[in-house]
Amino acid sequence: MTKRQKRMVAVGALVLGVGLAAALGFTAFRKNMMYFYTPSDLLTGKLAAGAALQLGGLVEKGSLKRGEGLAIEFVMSDCHNAVPVHYEGVLPDLFREGQGVIATGHMDAQNVFVASTILAKHDENYMPPNVAKAVGEVDGKHSCAPFKSVTTASSN
Amino acid sequence: MIPELGHFAVILALGVALLQAIVPLLGWRRRDARLLSFAGSAAQGQFLCIAAAYACLTYCFVTKDFSVAYVAENDHSQLPLIYRITAVWGAHEGSLLLWVLILSGWTLAVSVFNRRLPLDMSALVLSVLGMVSTGFYLFILLTSSPFTRLVPAPAEGHDLNPILQDPGLAIHPPMLYMGYVGFSVAFAFAIAALITGRLDAAWARWTRPWTTTAWMFLTMGITLGSWWAYKELGWGGWWFWDPVENASFMPWLAGTALIHSLAVTEKRGLLKSWTVLLAILAFSLSLLGTFLVRSGVLVSVHAFASDPSRGTFMLAFMAVVVGGALTLFAWRAPKLITTGELQLFSREGLLLFNNLFLVIAAAAVLAGTLLPLVLDVLGITKLSVGPPYYNVVFLILIAPLFLLVGLAAVVPWKRGDWRETARRLKVPAIIAVILMVVLPFALHGRTTLLAATGALFGCWAIFAAAQDVWRRVRAKPEWRAGLRAVPRAVWGMTLAHIGLGIWALGVSGVVSFGDEKDVRLARGAETELGGYNFRFQEAGEQAGPNYTAQQGTVLVEHGGKLIATLHPQKRLYPSQGTVLTESSIDAGLMRDLYVSLGESYDDGSWSLRVYYKPMIRFIWLGGIFMFFGGLLAASDRRYRLARAAERRAIEIAEGAVA
Repeated sequence: MTKRQKRMVAVGALVLGVGLAAALGFTAFRKNMMYFYTPSDLLTGKLAAGAALQLGGLVEKGSLKRGEGLAIEFVMSDCHNAVPVHYEGVLPDLFREGQGVIATGHMDAQNVFVASTILAKHDENYMPPNVAKAVGEVDGKHSCAPFKSVTTASSN
Repeated sequence: MIPELGHFAVILALGVALLQAIVPLLGWRRRDARLLSFAGSAAQGQFLCIAAAYACLTYCFVTKDFSVAYVAENDHSQLPLIYRITAVWGAHEGSLLLWVLILSGWTLAVSVFNRRLPLDMSALVLSVLGMVSTGFYLFILLTSSPFTRLVPAPAEGHDLNPILQDPGLAIHPPMLYMGYVGFSVAFAFAIAALITGRLDAAWARWTRPWTTTAWMFLTMGITLGSWWAYKELGWGGWWFWDPVENASFMPWLAGTALIHSLAVTEKRGLLKSWTVLLAILAFSLSLLGTFLVRSGVLVSVHAFASDPSRGTFMLAFMAVVVGGALTLFAWRAPKLITTGELQLFSREGLLLFNNLFLVIAAAAVLAGTLLPLVLDVLGITKLSVGPPYYNVVFLILIAPLFLLVGLAAVVPWKRGDWRETARRLKVPAIIAVILMVVLPFALHGRTTLLAATGALFGCWAIFAAAQDVWRRVRAKPEWRAGLRAVPRAVWGMTLAHIGLGIWALGVSGVVSFGDEKDVRLARGAETELGGYNFRFQEAGEQAGPNYTAQQGTVLVEHGGKLIATLHPQKRLYPSQGTVLTESSIDAGLMRDLYVSLGESYDDGSWSLRVYYKPMIRFIWLGGIFMFFGGLLAASDRRYRLARAAERRAIEIAEGAVA
């Protein structure tokens, strides 16, 4: 091979390699991305049962129930709609009723959201921006009584 | 009075930084040595100013001056002294002040150690650093002054976020910033090279120790961050692919590529414009990291500031710095290109591949971090990519890097020889293959595909790196003389590559054989995990300096013998009403036993999270090895000798002109 040909082969291999990496990366990205939903999105939109997703909302006051072992049931809401959530495990430190949380998991056949992880934030004034926005969009004037303090705290 | 002095010192520092940016540039245009040498004095003056400002803020924290808004927000009368000092960088404003203090410290170091450099080069480097400082001072003064007063002053502070009251976090940000900010020096060297057109082996030799030093601090910062997250967040993980972690990991990847491409530029005079581009990239990613963390655009534990003016300023500043640098690059780089022949199978060729994979890895992290943000901002959709994305992409990208790392020390510059390479790597390869099979069984009694792969990669990196030192030592008749004959740079490289191997062993070990369990235990009840018996003894009250804790006692037994008594806590910090889980860990080189408390139930039982984490310490041990590798490499004798020789040559040349 001449030098020129060698170089072309090298460049070709490089382009192929980068292309392959990009394709693999893109596939991995598509496979592992999770959409963020609010309870209203979940109930109004169509959704494949069992698809992994993130659900953001506020833990409704007085809805937390403990079951056998580590089982926990609560209701997650965004002022308009509410979704029952089932979780088994240790809750994060800042999980509290009235607090914004993000749960990762899927909807089961009985329309209960089965969470595999639950995130609450480390500052009690803090609400995940996704949640703040979702709650704000549903009710821009923050007149949503039980969550009022939380939503105003997040906007400053 | 003190806060006002601090504020004034920042303004003064801004003025000095402006002069430091402009005067040397003028001096360079006019070929005026006096103007050029002003840069050094300015750098020292600027450091004095900002150190004074930083001291003022620290004083306010120590004396609990709650009339200062930032102090009131992050201090508390019951906060222990050590955390009052570290609370200075506990939130946005103060951590920016730390940032500029460190930037100024790097600038000072450049002005001191670069005395041997040609005057115009060192002056231009300081000028560029002055420009960066100017931007950050403006940022502080316009959007985030830590010295703003609060009227009326509250009687009590709001307290430092309890999660930050930990020794790991006390040193993590300074280390991380040393790394982040350190890349500004490499960036300044790159810009100075573009301006002067002097981009040669000597330039690479000047830049290398600075870059390696910055890289080693960043490595340590990330390692400490990982360790802190592991023990403090109570989730037992060592890396979450959290956007803020990614923000520090991207500059690390670019910086790792940079220290390797600098080697090619120094030894072979090749890849010059690529090296300059990487230096710009590494610093741009540091700035991006700062922007992501400080603007609060991320859904993350670290996003404590969400003020649109800050985000806008950072974005504009980044656009100016990165845009300006890239424009300069586009304009000047074509003139600096040298046509040299690059053999693919040679050390420089392999390093080119190393760079390729590292940059793709950085791009993959960037995509995962920014794409969801961009989609959200454009209002298209809200999504996030989970750790599986990064794990898959990284496994694919890291495999060829491990192959390369073994070849690194063996394949010579210019042209490699397949047969010679195979001869020298035969032993490491055989050892690695044997250990791939044996090691998982020996350590854990079983194996998995990932564990075997990790053992193969890790042992390959370790033994291939050790092989090079072994060969050098054997070349001497006596081993002590042989050990001394190995240059520090080679020790550094060897240590860093061994560190990478250790890291791989740790990751594959803990991912393959780690186990965890959430359980609800009544008093006296027990649970089994990883061959260990955890008995929940009791829970009682415990008082700390500024918190009260529910403390559990967990007895760990193995083979009928008591091996550890753990005391996980659930702490209540009354100042903020915050509850914090404090895990309790029985740490060992080969395994960690980790227990954290969940919550108590009415019947007196508690929920607990129990982890068995084999070899997790190897992950951080690998980081420590890399840190010391960087330390050795940066302190190699030849940088000092070469600098002295260059200085003599310059003096002779200057004497000839005079």
